[in-house]
Amino acid sequence: MLAKEIRFHGRGGQGAVLAARMLASACAVEGKYVASFPMFGFERRGMPVVAFTRFDDQPIREKTQVYAPDALVVIDPTLLGIRALFDGLKPEGILVLNSPRPLVEAPHPSVHKAAVINATAVALCEIGRDVPNTCLLGALARATGWVSLDSVLAGLAEHLEGDMLKKNIRNAERGYHEVEVLTW
Amino acid sequence: MAKATPNVLAVTGNEAVAEAMRQIDPDVVCAYPITPQTEIVQLYAQLVADGKVSTEFVTAESEHSAMSAAIGAAAAGARTMTATSSQGFALMWELLYIASSYRLPIVMTVVNRALSGPINIHCDHSDSIGGRDSGWIQIYGENHQQAYDNCLQAVRIAEHPDVRLPVMHMYDGYVISGAIGPLTPLEDSRVREFIGPYQPVNPLLDVQHPVTVGPFDGLHGWYFEHKVAQNLAMERAYQVLQDVADEFARLTGRQYGLIDPYRLEDAEIAIVVVGSTAGTTRLVVDQLRAKGVKAGMVRVRVFRPFPYHTFAQALQHVKVVGVLDRADSFGAQGGPVFLEIRAALYDNDPRPQVLPFIYGLGGRDIFPHDIEQAFGVLDEAAKRVRRVSTQRRYLNLRQGRGLEHERK
Repeated sequence: MLAKEIRFHGRGGQGAVLAARMLASACAVEGKYVASFPMFGFERRGMPVVAFTRFDDQPIREKTQVYAPDALVVIDPTLLGIRALFDGLKPEGILVLNSPRPLVEAPHPSVHKAAVINATAVALCEIGRDVPNTCLLGALARATGWVSLDSVLAGLAEHLEGDMLKKNIRNAERGYHEVEVLTW
Repeated sequence: MAKATPNVLAVTGNEAVAEAMRQIDPDVVCAYPITPQTEIVQLYAQLVADGKVSTEFVTAESEHSAMSAAIGAAAAGARTMTATSSQGFALMWELLYIASSYRLPIVMTVVNRALSGPINIHCDHSDSIGGRDSGWIQIYGENHQQAYDNCLQAVRIAEHPDVRLPVMHMYDGYVISGAIGPLTPLEDSRVREFIGPYQPVNPLLDVQHPVTVGPFDGLHGWYFEHKVAQNLAMERAYQVLQDVADEFARLTGRQYGLIDPYRLEDAEIAIVVVGSTAGTTRLVVDQLRAKGVKAGMVRVRVFRPFPYHTFAQALQHVKVVGVLDRADSFGAQGGPVFLEIRAALYDNDPRPQVLPFIYGLGGRDIFPHDIEQAFGVLDEAAKRVRRVSTQRRYLNLRQGRGLEHERK
């Protein structure tokens, strides 16, 4: 059973939708079947944004939104306060979190493993703007092992080019190497 | 556009169609952006700006104008394409009839979205279903690949001398249009070869052979005969749709028909469905089959002309048919597809039961267990001696006081 579903939570402008697509591209590089889509709605800077990625070794026929994700990627730490954030997360779930503070305990009973990194600080250093999405993709690759770092970097190249690609590759690499992984 | 394996791209449905349009490289594209079709117009405008296509791109101030310009371009003799959704489709309304009655082979992508109100940007089929009587051929795709494949085939069907009718091809807004999915495109040269050059009939720009397009028909003119001719063209389109699909299959290995049956051969109960929900339905059919339930499915690929004869044959042996409509015809016996299927099966002997289901209006999500529930209704009905009620059954409908009030 290779099928996995990942839900991204961010705010408009942080690249949640693009991160979901780049993860799909990364999985596609490995020959997996992929689907990725935003929560169908409006897009505005600062608004909470939700996006999804599915991958499988079989063709994906289900077309519903993702309601029971295997992992959450939380791009904006202020979203931790949203009650619905953990809705449907499978037991043994994985949380990939952008936060300046370490987690001291599991933020929800379903969270079995958490990968925490101050991705905003990394992005400000590497890119010069608060776009922590690609850093978290590197962290996701490390914490889950579902996709290799090489594939993540190849996935970035499908969406970015030139200087932005180089900066985001460093962003993702640092996410992979510097993330702190906790299990409960 | 993301490259997956060498021949498979990971793209949105809209990117898939923009890619097909790039390869077709029509003479004229006139379009006005509307959610969730916008990406097509944006991507195509970029292709034009970058000089990647030779198309004359006409921006318009509304969909009414976009279709008017498309009609003008097609009448002049240009291979013409456009795209729209929802309210934009509705605004094109009167022009849809003009395009088909002038027998102009315009190809239009319709990304399915609900009609207001309340204002809703999500998927259902109310927009294109509303255009079913406008004289356009209507083809529905299930996924990214079909959106691309149907777009290419639409050009050949529209321009075929036996048909010469505009063609609209549809796929589900957001679910396909905005979602990343797999696409195996053809090489540019093979598309060009498949599409071939366009030979317009009686083009306005052929000044050596002047013609008049769209005049008043006179007080005792030939309007009636024109309408009969349009219907005859629709009847000839069945064969052309299949011939073009067969030729496409020889090119790609992907075989399409007028309908798309799944595990139907020995089915006792079956669901008829349009669009992306066919994917979820296949999943449920497999699950039910594993439990020993003889369940099957047919996807409606071509809605106009409606392949009633093909449906009657394909569903010959089925005891109870459930039709899943993602649009309603208020005050009718059921949804629009239900009405077609029920009429198509009327002469079958024995005559199966046909039950109407409504789902997914305004983008309400549809889950495997909703479809399982529909199959449950069919299974119950198949075991009964007497026929069950044909009142609408709603899938994943919320219960609320307002609705209860209306029902009193």
